[in-house]
Amino acid sequence: MPKIRSIIISGNGVNCEYEMAHANMMAGADAADIVSIYELLAGKKKLDEYQFLNLPGGFMDGDDLGAAKAGATRYQYAKVEGTGEILSDMLKRFIDDGKCIIGVCNGFQLLIKLGLLPAIDGKYFTQFATLTENDRGRFEDRWVRVSYDEHSPCVFTKNLDVMDLPVRHGEGKFVPATMDIYEAMKKKHLVPMRYVDEEGNPSEKYPANPNGSIEGVAGVCDESGRVFGLMPHPEAYLHKTNHPKWTREELPTKGQGLRLFENAVEYLRKA
Amino acid sequence: MPQRIEVRIKEGRFDALGAKIAGRIREDLGIPVKNVQSVQVYTTDIDLKPDEMDILAAQTFCDAVIQEAFVNGCAAADRDFDWLIEVGFLPGVTDNVGRTAGETAGIRLGRDLRAQGGFHSSIQYLIQGDLDRDQAEKIAGDLLANGLIQRWTIISTNELDREKGMKAYVPKVADTQTPPTETIDLEISDDELVNLSKSKTLALSLKEMHAIRDHYRDKKVRAQRGSLGLAPDKPTDAELEVLAQTWSEHCKHKIFASDITYYEGDHAEEIDSLFDTYVKGSTEKIRKEKGDRDFCQSVFVDNAGVIRFNDEWSLVMKVETHNSPSALDPYGGALTGIVGVNRDPFGTGMGSKLIFNTDVFCFASPFWDKPIPRRLLHPKRIFEGVREGVEHGGNKSGIPTVNGSIVFDERYAGKPLVFCGTGGLLPAEVNGKPGWEKHAKSGDLVVMTGGRIGADGIHGATFSSELLHEDSPATAVQIGDPITQKRMTDFLLVARDMALYNSITDNGAGGLASSIGEMAQDSGGCEIYLDKAPLKYAGLAPWMILLSESQERMTLAVPKENIDEFFALAKSMDVEATIVGKYTDSGYFNVFFDEKAIASLPMEFLHDGLPRMELTARWQSPVTHLEEVPKVANWADAFKRILGRLNVCSKEYVVRQYDHEVQGGSVVKPLCGAMLDGPSDAAVYRPLLHTMEAVVVSHGLCPRYSDIDAYDMAANAVDEALRNAVAVGGNPRHMAGLDNFCWCDPVAAPDNPDGEYKLAQLVRANRALYDATVAYGIPCISGKDSMKNDYRVGDVKISIPPTLLFSLVGKIEDASKCVTMDAKKSGDVLYILGTTRPELGASEYFAEFGLLYGEAPRVRYDENFQLYTQLHRAVLGRCIASCHDLSDGGLAVALAETAFAGNLGLSLDLSLVPSTEQSGRPMSPEEILFSESAGRFVATVRPDKVHDFEKAMEGCVFARAGQVTEIKELKITQGKSDLCVLPVDDLKAAWKNTLDF
Repeated sequence: MPKIRSIIISGNGVNCEYEMAHANMMAGADAADIVSIYELLAGKKKLDEYQFLNLPGGFMDGDDLGAAKAGATRYQYAKVEGTGEILSDMLKRFIDDGKCIIGVCNGFQLLIKLGLLPAIDGKYFTQFATLTENDRGRFEDRWVRVSYDEHSPCVFTKNLDVMDLPVRHGEGKFVPATMDIYEAMKKKHLVPMRYVDEEGNPSEKYPANPNGSIEGVAGVCDESGRVFGLMPHPEAYLHKTNHPKWTREELPTKGQGLRLFENAVEYLRKA
Repeated sequence: MPQRIEVRIKEGRFDALGAKIAGRIREDLGIPVKNVQSVQVYTTDIDLKPDEMDILAAQTFCDAVIQEAFVNGCAAADRDFDWLIEVGFLPGVTDNVGRTAGETAGIRLGRDLRAQGGFHSSIQYLIQGDLDRDQAEKIAGDLLANGLIQRWTIISTNELDREKGMKAYVPKVADTQTPPTETIDLEISDDELVNLSKSKTLALSLKEMHAIRDHYRDKKVRAQRGSLGLAPDKPTDAELEVLAQTWSEHCKHKIFASDITYYEGDHAEEIDSLFDTYVKGSTEKIRKEKGDRDFCQSVFVDNAGVIRFNDEWSLVMKVETHNSPSALDPYGGALTGIVGVNRDPFGTGMGSKLIFNTDVFCFASPFWDKPIPRRLLHPKRIFEGVREGVEHGGNKSGIPTVNGSIVFDERYAGKPLVFCGTGGLLPAEVNGKPGWEKHAKSGDLVVMTGGRIGADGIHGATFSSELLHEDSPATAVQIGDPITQKRMTDFLLVARDMALYNSITDNGAGGLASSIGEMAQDSGGCEIYLDKAPLKYAGLAPWMILLSESQERMTLAVPKENIDEFFALAKSMDVEATIVGKYTDSGYFNVFFDEKAIASLPMEFLHDGLPRMELTARWQSPVTHLEEVPKVANWADAFKRILGRLNVCSKEYVVRQYDHEVQGGSVVKPLCGAMLDGPSDAAVYRPLLHTMEAVVVSHGLCPRYSDIDAYDMAANAVDEALRNAVAVGGNPRHMAGLDNFCWCDPVAAPDNPDGEYKLAQLVRANRALYDATVAYGIPCISGKDSMKNDYRVGDVKISIPPTLLFSLVGKIEDASKCVTMDAKKSGDVLYILGTTRPELGASEYFAEFGLLYGEAPRVRYDENFQLYTQLHRAVLGRCIASCHDLSDGGLAVALAETAFAGNLGLSLDLSLVPSTEQSGRPMSPEEILFSESAGRFVATVRPDKVHDFEKAMEGCVFARAGQVTEIKELKITQGKSDLCVLPVDDLKAAWKNTLDF
């Protein structure tokens, strides 16, 4: 069986690397290395040696120019020592090689602003949409319910139904550049994850939809289904005690957020 | 020529910041604006070409999906507005957005721009509404900006140049010549010495000024100084400033170390240091009694306390206050408060990974409707600023804020209290030695890492050792930079594991003088070369470099042989590190600038030369009479009024804006229950994801009882903290405490006539701390005191109520046994644990009626501890479905919260509640429901667990008093008669409405 090596990028304001690495190990990855972006830029660690790239949540550069905006510039323009490449070149090769990328929260914002999502018609590095300030104008930590599009090419969300996950963000409202783009995304099933209400229907109502995203968009994938970004934090629900109702409901010991990582590892094993 | 880029939201896209500000102008200022639009502005003095500016505007600073940018143009030109207010920072104030803009511009343009100038951020608000210039001024000064750190421009729509826009202005500190080091003559009259102390914000008493003067009279001292080329008989400004900082109340805790004569009636008692007698005294006694089971590893000697977690890891915790800066600039003060206390566990032992934050605030009512005394800010503004400062500090650092509270009292208008705590996880062993030990060796290099030094935070330590007055220095205010700190801590944890340094500490109060001075005690001296220290801008006098409290800096002792590797690592992780001196064994704290000595102080004099204070305390109970307990006419109304009180109501508005689950280990969150909005008693958190071992964090804070007896205030704080921790499943035998005293000036003086009484309150609070911690076996491992929480401008004096925050941190072996406070299932049996006594003095119920005097809750230590240990046994046996502690508002509030958190109802027979008699008659329903007696819980138990539960609790006071019901009502009977039936949803609405901002 092929070895699945996960890389979790840390540094410069990334915050969720520890639990992200734990999620990868629990999901069966053979290695889950936390690697500072500075080690990548110094050429000390190589993205090419991994199969599963994790871009965790946090506040890259403090989100000072807007969420992940300064971070995206770093990926697009900072040179990797000794190669003449930029990080984005490596990301593109990573995708072309059939590997998997997940971006959570700040990592999702990075993928969107780099133009790696939704990459309609394979047009990577074109920004088709953005993630911007929640309608309420504030950061919030709350648990939400999401459901999945079974027709989506997303490899992370295969065979998933609904689950509860925490959101923790101030800029999670998904805004497509045009409605045509959004329609194209829908047609190609590039919205594998939506916020839903108690009846399980996609919601635009607060607080079921915490940020005002159109039709409850919570996660977006590319057409290959191997690049996936989402605002909720699956790595924060790895054990039942993470669930806010674990003392009042019967829940499986393994947290449901783990399923997304298991799907990716399983996919890569079979690939 | 300075240039500007303005970024606005595209037409048709939602401007969330604008909408939020419009709401706050309407709500907080009562000015009916129609609409607010926001424009982000970047100004630079770097000589960038037009095409470079266009690239930055279009790509780097602008999100083209929703924004559009203008280079040296006017974003407001075609927008409808009546007033334009632009807010930017004053020169020298930390501008995080500007810093990131500059760095990112450099990356985008492929060249390091830092040497050529910088970027500065400002925000334009375009306000639409029928207002005059005064109202626009009010919006700017009372909501959008703080004149101590920011500047603003207001123009009306007709005044705007729609072609060129606003003129670019660069708030840059002009580099100037370094001012020379001066000497100061202390051979002056006593009056002049006192004035000197005041005018230089030294906060030194005459006795202390004499001690310093006498040092310079010593012949040996003079000879030694002469040999270094220093004025033999006079201190330099640097020396005087270093002594003032080191000897400040903030750093040396002079009042806690003083000799006190305590009078109670005719009885007098001598107390030789409150700290040694009560705080350290209790911990020593407890550790001795625990013997082999003592889990303390490092107490009172380091930046934070350390206890055992498991074989591989230790738990570190510290709680600090940042009151005075938060009074002047709530956002910056609280932000530096949280990122500042982060550096304490980080700088403890060899350095720990930060795993949680706590925050406790004391404010005046946000609905304050009286005139605001001069120099003070409206309590709502303080509330919102502090909340946001802690939000940015905690969230951006990736540290979950797991526990906190907000307590309201009008007297906190004079100084808000902002307690920030941080926990860390320290390897039990670092390079073969206990992780909590460190030692700077003679010959090690002094290395400063992280941020650069500016004039910010000068006199922070001495300023916070004074009351807030007309001339309180604005330099004490600064803004933290969580990202620079995060980069530094990421780097230092790697350096720690590579064994690159021998010792580490943080730069907080007193800056380099304090951090190097403390570490130099290990080696026995130091030499500092101030000209090497990296500055934000030139022109700081050497003493300012030494004393600056600029944030985001750690000081290390790095052995010479590791220095190259240390610097290579720092560079690779984009962290600035500089050698600023070396540790010696000379016995002297020596400081040089451009190879010229500017300070030389014997280590012994610096640290031990401070004369002790002698103080008098005089206790007189203020309780003159006991007030009648008011009768309830309408129970629904009474419940709703108490539940809606500021000290009782839901704090969800604040809690939600803090990330309480980053790092992935949350077990008991601040909010719980069926609708995820029940108020948890304490936090439980798993710092290591591969094990079920967990940390429990709680606190107690009861300032109201100080108005009766500060002994009860402190005893209840300890009891409440323990009660909270036990309620969620904490083990009372593995817990450590942290004491944070915030007092009003307890030193009697002509302008502080009741100082002796306040000192007596302090003595009594300390006795309670001793009695309670010894009885419960909870050692204090760290603490802090802040003694001058008063405000005086003109004739107005406001003193805070004496306040002890008691924080608890403990170990839980198996997090899966934890309990939350929400009722779980109808049919579960309702128990009341502990005895209710008629103790309504200073209760929320009394306060609702404007009453105060009655019996304050008296903590029965032995009775309570038995209950807590047996309750814990029941928790371990998984007997308990829900457990909630009784505190503010008593049984009434706990019942309502238990019910609505579970989205269920409760029935209760009051006659079954264990209660004492009151002068031969049973307690009234009002007394039983609203008394705040300590040591009580509401618990619910599944019917099949009733037997096990009752067995576990055998010998304790507890009673089966009702049950959980499907119908969402709180039904209270007394024997056979009905008292009230209250819809749970109504109670919840009352509880949630008050602070639903």
